[in-house]
Parts: sequence; structure tokens; C-alpha cells
Amino acid sequence: MTAPAVESCIRMEQVCYRVGGRTILTDFDLLLERGVNRTILGVSGAGKTTILKLLLGLIQPQSGHIFINGQEITGRPESDYREQRKKIAIVFQGGALFDSMTVGENVGYRLFEEGRLPEAEIEAIVREKLRFVGVEPALDLYPAELSGGMKKRVAIARALAADPDYIFFDEPTTGLDPIGVYNIVSLMRRLQEAGKTTLMVTHDLPTAFATSQRFSLIVASRLAFDGTEEGLKACALPHVREFLQPTDASLFV
Amino acid sequence: MRLSRIDRAALRFFADLQGVFLLGWQAFHRIFQRPRYYRDFAIQFDKLGFGSITICFLTGLFTGMVMALQFLIQLKPFAATSYVGGMVAVTMIKELGPVLSSLMVAGRVGSAITAELGTMIVTEQVDAMRVEGTDIIQRLVTPRLKAMLLAMPLLAVMTDAVSLLGGYLMAAGYGISPTLYLSSFTQFLFPLDYVEGLVKPLAFGGLITMIACYTGLNTGGGAEGVGAAAKRAVVISSVSVLMVDFFLAKIFVVFR
Repeated sequence: MTAPAVESCIRMEQVCYRVGGRTILTDFDLLLERGVNRTILGVSGAGKTTILKLLLGLIQPQSGHIFINGQEITGRPESDYREQRKKIAIVFQGGALFDSMTVGENVGYRLFEEGRLPEAEIEAIVREKLRFVGVEPALDLYPAELSGGMKKRVAIARALAADPDYIFFDEPTTGLDPIGVYNIVSLMRRLQEAGKTTLMVTHDLPTAFATSQRFSLIVASRLAFDGTEEGLKACALPHVREFLQPTDASLFV
Repeated sequence: MRLSRIDRAALRFFADLQGVFLLGWQAFHRIFQRPRYYRDFAIQFDKLGFGSITICFLTGLFTGMVMALQFLIQLKPFAATSYVGGMVAVTMIKELGPVLSSLMVAGRVGSAITAELGTMIVTEQVDAMRVEGTDIIQRLVTPRLKAMLLAMPLLAVMTDAVSLLGGYLMAAGYGISPTLYLSSFTQFLFPLDYVEGLVKPLAFGGLITMIACYTGLNTGGGAEGVGAAAKRAVVISSVSVLMVDFFLAKIFVVFR
């Protein structure tokens, strides 16, 4: 008899999340399979970042279930799913680099915390990751000395350092100039080629189409669309059309 | 059923009180667990402890001087100025040394802890640490608690010592010799008073740290939220120090 295969995906089932009397998500379903890169689309304030935080167990839903590789993380203490969460890394919108640490210390943070590798080996990994994102000369600088684009690249390097299976991106191109956007999109593609599965939340459609195969659209706390780029572009639902091609009717909605 | 504003405020108060004590317990028992974060402890001890020396020195010096001055004026008509040393000592070591140094530290350190943690919350640095597998209480709260539990009694002892020196500077002006000044200590102070003078700053240090950390970790609303949280932490910890001082004084009175 063969052992049951370990589920290799991240799932959300019927998740409801409310905060301060406001409903953010209602009966929300999501499936992130290994190797299938997904983007969650929606207007600002739709609850896209909330989904990432729920998937990471940083916040808990009022109802519904979330699974990482088959293990449920909802309703359990954080210490129970720290190991599962190590398979995931996230690039926060502002980078969320630790102010009091240098770029090198930021990138090697998880490896230093785990304490399993000698310092020289960690430094070699840190340099390799910084080289991958093109900011190796910034090794000894502090986050305050970096530009917005460099911060995001360092945040990507930090996400890569622990060799995760999944990388979440929270609005990775917001506030960047076209060259910065191009750099981030190129990096995401290289990560995908290296076998990482990405989940991005954004309202930047060109970046989404350049980096993902599957798309979810949130409208009014619910999943309004789930499918491919072709399906999204062909979708006739009014909310979807309005998001893809806003008109004067969308003003101040 | 709709809750009135008073009910909501009471609920919020008890929830916060519970939150502070729960965080305090979690941080305290992590003192004995690994990883110990010695570097963070050393940094915090430097910032919270050494950084507060000047403010506590000045507080102790001028409080001791003014206490001695007031006592000397009161004692002079009774030809009892020789008791001034003991009176300054008992007032400072039991009460004013621990309380004033703690209030100074609450203002200086409490606000700094809250602002630092609050900024880490609003810039998602705390979330980033959690994702990296860090126990944030172990990493962010316990080193600060350890540093304050060690630094606060030392700062109070220093404040006491400097205040006694300040008191002597005033007493010397009234012709009181150092021997006479010191000898009056034993007439007023008992061994339990020294214990009280150490237990109080220990309790206040823990209280200030936990209120500051709890407020910081529950910050919301961006830069404005951080400012409001820092102000709230200073006000709550200062008032709490005075309230807890009363209850500790009552407990020590029972044991006299």
C-alpha cells in the first residue's frame, strides 16, 4: 500500500473575514497549486492584502478553512504552523525591511534565526541572493539608505534566502518607475523559471498578465472571477468589465 | 443589545488589562527559554539603562536637595536638624527614589519602546518577522523586559545615592557633619525599607515595559497612530506606577 500523496498547494475554503464591523471577505475560495502562478486582482481596499495575511496565518478568519500543503492552519496557535509557513515567503508592499539591520542582515535574517548554518555559509548565501536581484553592493547599507526599487529587490532577496516553495508579492510594482517595474517583472519570471510559485496581489494589469497564468478578481468582498487571462478578458460580467475597462460610470464608486 | 459608551470603555479597559498581564506572563516565562537574544538584550540595556542615567541623576540630585531644604526648615525650630539625613533617606529610598526614577523612565523609555514597536507594526516589520518564523514576544518583548528588570533597580539605587548626596550638600550648609548626616540613617531606616526600595523599581520596570510593549504591538493607523500610542503608553504607565506604588506600600506596611 502506498502512502497518501502530500497535497502540494495552498487552499482557502469558504473564508469569511470581518474587521471593525466591515466585511472584507465573504465565502472566499482560492487555490494556489505548485507551478501555477496566480494574481489576485481588485480595486484598492478590496481585501487583497488581507488574503495574503490570512494565507500566512498572520490573521485568523471568523469562519472557513485555510490549508498549507494539506495542513489546516485556521484556529490553531501560531507555533503549530511555523514549520508549514517556512515554505512561504512574502515581499511586502513597502519591503518591510528591518530598520535596525543592514541589508545583509535583513537577507540572512531567517538563516541567522535558525542557526543551523555557519556564519560564512550564510554570508555566501546572502551575497548570492543579492547578486541575483542585482543589489550586492548594498550589502552593508541600511534600509533607510536605499531607494524604493532597491528596497523591493532586497525584500525579494530576503524572501529567496530561505528557499521557499511559494513567494507572495503584495503590490510589488506600486510606486516604481517603468525601469523599476521592468526589473521586478523580470525577477519574478526568473523566480518562476527557478521553480518558485508566485502569488501576487495587485491592481496593475500589465504586470499581472506578464507574470501569472491564473487570475482571481475580488469585487465587494466576494470572488467575482477565477480563471485564465483569456477567460478574464472575455468575461462579460459587468464588475469584471468595469475593472478591466473603467468608464465615466465608475467615477467615485 | 447595544452597549453604552461606558460599557464599551469598561470592556476595552478590562481587555487591555488582560492583554498587558497575558503579554507580561508570556514574556516573563520566555526569559528562561531559548533563543536568548543576548545582543538584543545588550542593546536594550544600553538604550534603556545607560541612556537613562543622566535624567535619573538630575532627578535624584535636585529632589534630594529640595527634600533636605524643606526638612531643615521644618526641623530647625525644634533643634532637630541632625535628623535630616535619616528623613531624606527614608523618603527617597522607600518612595521618591523608585517612583521618580520610574516616572522619568516611563516618559523617556516607555514612549521610545511604544514608538519603536508601533512603527514596526505599521511598516509590517513585525509581520515580516513572524513570517520568517520568529516568535515576536521572544525577540521583541523579552529582551526589553529583561533589560528593564535589571536596569530599573540599578537606576533607582543610583537615584537614591545621588539624592542623599544632594541632601548632604544642603545639610552641610546648616553645619551638619557627614558623620552626623549618615548616622541618622539607622534611626529611620530598617532592613525591610531597603528591600522595599528594590522591589518597587523592579515592579515598576516590569509594568512600564509591559504597558509600552502592549501598546506598541497594538498600534494602528500609521504615523498618527504611533504618536497617539506613545502618548497613551506614557500616561497609562505613569498613572499605573503611582497606583501600584500605593498598593506595594500597603503590603510593606503589613510586613513591618
